[in-house]
Amino acid sequence: MHEWALAEAVVSAASEVIEKSGIKDVTTINIGIGELQQIDLEIFKFALSQLLSGRLKDTKVKIKKTRAKLKCRVCGYRWSFSKTRLDESAKEAIHFVPEIAHAFVRCPKCNSPDFEVEQGRGVWIENIVGKKRCD
Amino acid sequence: MIDPRTAVINERLKNVRNVIAVSSGKGGVGKTLVASVLALNLARKGYKVGFFDLDFTSPSSHIVLDIGDQYPEEEKGIVPPQIHGLRYMSIVYYSAGKATSLRGSETSDAFIELLTAIKWGNLDFLILDMPPGIGDITLDLLRFMKNVKFLVVTTPSRLAFETVEKLLDLLRETGNSVLGVIENMQMQDSSWVRSQVEAKGFRYLGALPFDFELEQRISNIEGILMTKFSENLKKIIENLEQSV
Repeated sequence: MHEWALAEAVVSAASEVIEKSGIKDVTTINIGIGELQQIDLEIFKFALSQLLSGRLKDTKVKIKKTRAKLKCRVCGYRWSFSKTRLDESAKEAIHFVPEIAHAFVRCPKCNSPDFEVEQGRGVWIENIVGKKRCD
Repeated sequence: MIDPRTAVINERLKNVRNVIAVSSGKGGVGKTLVASVLALNLARKGYKVGFFDLDFTSPSSHIVLDIGDQYPEEEKGIVPPQIHGLRYMSIVYYSAGKATSLRGSETSDAFIELLTAIKWGNLDFLILDMPPGIGDITLDLLRFMKNVKFLVVTTPSRLAFETVEKLLDLLRETGNSVLGVIENMQMQDSSWVRSQVEAKGFRYLGALPFDFELEQRISNIEGILMTKFSENLKKIIENLEQSV
């Protein structure tokens, strides 16, 4: 249920940004989710629906999934995380700490553990849509 | 694009009264043993203690503390298991004994991810077993965890103190609290480290003479607590309790 912890972080960060930037009448929070962390979307959405309260209660949440793309730092080969075969325990470990992928994933060309996650790592807020406060 | 994770770090730590980072800058000075025995002794005194091994590439506290086969629970986050009276967390729960060769930014991301997810609950002390170096983890610690108190470990070697000195300078420049310096593995009477530490205006907490029995007691909790190393550290802790 790591999804709850991440949902709490999203709500807390969004509230902080709204407060600081003075956005009024927030309508939508656009969230990005990377494939690498293998978030359970249903649990994540449910957690968000439970955590959004007060003036954010009716805020729409839009979630965009991004495929995880990896690039070997040694030979430059690029590949998709979805093509990597992992057992369930490795997938679960990566779910909790995405960087643990370096313990389990190797470059398909040169077998190096030294790769970068070019996109699709974890959870992020794309933007928050609303009206700017007029005062 | 906003990284939301950092927004909950303070919330996760709000019921932790004291965070003590056992640090050195230099590797091989005995940080893990000092941190482990410090944590065990505080727990035996009746305090609620957490232990976080922040050495993500070469963790070893799980060996010292013989963590057994308990795993963190998932309860709207990660709840560290109770190991010998400590709420214990290490990357080893996720690495399955494999090498975790992480670059700096990856270490930083893993640290932030765990700070976001771990639910420490109520603690009197959270002991951080710091990695060697004054790189990413140290900088992230200064950035994200407020009111950390640093307990700095050195050996009598000038080679170790060369780096320790730099860590002390960094902590002073950044306005962080330093509980003091412990001189570990002392082989002969010498006041050199004490004089260096005091000349810089920091507190010299005491020396831990080299204990030849300690290696054999690793993984044996009762055995470790009966070593001279532990007895000497206990005296230092008694003085420290006043400071925190």
